[in-house]
Amino acid sequence: MLIINNLKASIEGKSILKGISLDIKPGEIHAIMGPNGSGKSTLAAVLAGREDIEITEGTVTYLGKNLLEMTAEDRAKEGIFLGFQYPIEIPGVSMVNFMKTAVNEHRKHKGLDPLSASDFLKMMREKKELVEIDSKLANRSVNEGFSGGEKKKNEIFQMAMLEPKLAILDETDSGLDIDALRIVANGVNKLKRPDNSFIVITHYQRLLDFIVPDVVHVLYDGRIVKTAGKELALELEEKGYDWIKKEIENNVTT
Amino acid sequence: MKEKSEITEKYLGLYKDNINKISGISSPFINSFRAPAFEKFSKLGIPSKKDEAYKYTNLNIFFDHDYENYFMPVPADFIKAEEFRCEVTDLDAYGVVLLNGFYPTLNEKLRQLPSGVWIGSLNAAAVQFSDIFEKNYGKYAKSETDGLIHLNTAMASDGVFVYIPEGVHMTRPVQVVNLVQSDDDTFNQHRNLIIAEKNSNFSIIICDHTLSPQKFLTNAVTEVFVGENAHFDIIRVQNEHNNACKITSTFIHQEKNSVTSSNNITLHGGLIRNNTYHYLGGEGAESYSYGLFLADKWQHIDNFVNVDHAFPHCTSNQLFKGVLDDMSTGAFNGRILVRPDAQGTLAYQKNNNILLTDDTKMDTKPQLEIFADDVKCSHGATIGQLDDDALFYLQSRGINKREARLMLMFGFAHEVIQNIKIEPLRERMDNLVMQRLKGELSRCASCMVKCM
Repeated sequence: MLIINNLKASIEGKSILKGISLDIKPGEIHAIMGPNGSGKSTLAAVLAGREDIEITEGTVTYLGKNLLEMTAEDRAKEGIFLGFQYPIEIPGVSMVNFMKTAVNEHRKHKGLDPLSASDFLKMMREKKELVEIDSKLANRSVNEGFSGGEKKKNEIFQMAMLEPKLAILDETDSGLDIDALRIVANGVNKLKRPDNSFIVITHYQRLLDFIVPDVVHVLYDGRIVKTAGKELALELEEKGYDWIKKEIENNVTT
Repeated sequence: MKEKSEITEKYLGLYKDNINKISGISSPFINSFRAPAFEKFSKLGIPSKKDEAYKYTNLNIFFDHDYENYFMPVPADFIKAEEFRCEVTDLDAYGVVLLNGFYPTLNEKLRQLPSGVWIGSLNAAAVQFSDIFEKNYGKYAKSETDGLIHLNTAMASDGVFVYIPEGVHMTRPVQVVNLVQSDDDTFNQHRNLIIAEKNSNFSIIICDHTLSPQKFLTNAVTEVFVGENAHFDIIRVQNEHNNACKITSTFIHQEKNSVTSSNNITLHGGLIRNNTYHYLGGEGAESYSYGLFLADKWQHIDNFVNVDHAFPHCTSNQLFKGVLDDMSTGAFNGRILVRPDAQGTLAYQKNNNILLTDDTKMDTKPQLEIFADDVKCSHGATIGQLDDDALFYLQSRGINKREARLMLMFGFAHEVIQNIKIEPLRERMDNLVMQRLKGELSRCASCMVKCM
């Protein structure tokens, strides 16, 4: 589904990603863990098409196409979804209008007619139940005045509405209490199908108790320094990141 | 640039040339204000950029011009005005049309609505309702600095009068359509007086349109009295061509526990200056002052707000926004005055502007003068571009950049529009703003003039 090969990227001349390679197959859940500042969010933003990040080297192939040549909106319509670490508040733009526009853009891309108002509202209702989101939120402006938990649930709600093939969840668990975490994780699990994939970026093992990854990667200083099965997450939880840092430093010195 | 006195001289001359004609058609009470007002105007003159309150607005573009005509109506002039129909067809309102500031002579001058409400000509009301009129006219429109207020008092002879008796709740708003139309470049002045007595509830919509492409200058003053516990909303929709200048000064006097809102939506116009004065003249009064403008080409839009907290425990809130395109310019000046006795004041002010090109310019000036201790006051102003993070957020959901920009601008504007309580009008404004942002509204909606 997604093949990243030796991807290097910088922001304002500062090198952030220093050669990342990943291969994600349909139906897989990959967790990316790592300390702050290691480049996790930058990787997510590059995949979603943020323009202010400069790609200096490498390739990204998504469903056989060169992803880096596509605009952010085309990537979304081709099935990529980014769950934001800090969802943006947009005063004056209603959730309904936002989602209706997005869903219909996706439909247009697939050659489908726009949804009727009643079909759209029905779809909203179903998906809201899925993520246990307060139905009043749909009448408000996008994320405006939402609590931290509501914002994250709203990301999962949008994901449910857009049914992506590849969802990248950037620290969706940060700032969530255990109940909200469970709801978010349930949402993800319900949306999981054999033909779609997830990249779950997180600091903590906690989320991975609910969303079980097939592969865990550790990102450190712009590189993937370790890849293993789900047990790696437990090891990180127990020992922290220091032992990995030491391992790398030893490798460099020896 | 010419000296202030030279331009002022022109208007002193205009007064002298026309005063007999004007006085001849006006009520004696209105006429009794003219000489002292003229005196004041002679001292203050036409405001120039040297005046603090007008430092961002160059009025000379419109004032330094020979208007061939100081309009005096004849019945035939009103035929075209009568044909004008508001495009907001589902707006259920009592309609009034003013042509160049005059109430039509075709029908009766004052109309009685249910529950003893009266609407009609200011000049006629000065005679027919002399008691109420004399208690209110000229009492609220006061300025020690703005000569234009006095020029209006010296020369205006008609406009709209509305009287809402005590306890009357008007469910239908009154809609005043100000039309300007002439074969010559014309200078117009009119005067409105609105009286909403104790415990009443009333909304007025004022729409400004131009019907011919001539150069127009309008200097309008509106006085509003809002009695104890009364609710009053005024919504102004400005949609004029680029060769028109409109200066409005609205003075809202509030009594105890009254609640008012003012909303100035400027869709189009060459040079617009809206002065909105809120006087919180009794405990527990609340005032909300909103404004939105969309400017392009060489338009200049200036909103000047003055909120006077004269009594304790009053609340005021200002929200003004502007979207500037091409080489347009704008200004916002928001003054909050909290007098020594006005303890427990809550006063807020927000001014946000989006500049779409490098050639636009926006000046914003908060002015807080606080003389009481127990006061909660805040103000904030921003001038910037669209938020890149918000743009990316929308794009990341599959919405293309052009559409995403539109949504953000619309959302920005909608924050002001959403405060309009009259639903058909709110929807219409949303619609017009959307069309305007899409560039589909290159000239004023419902304007019959095909000017550029």
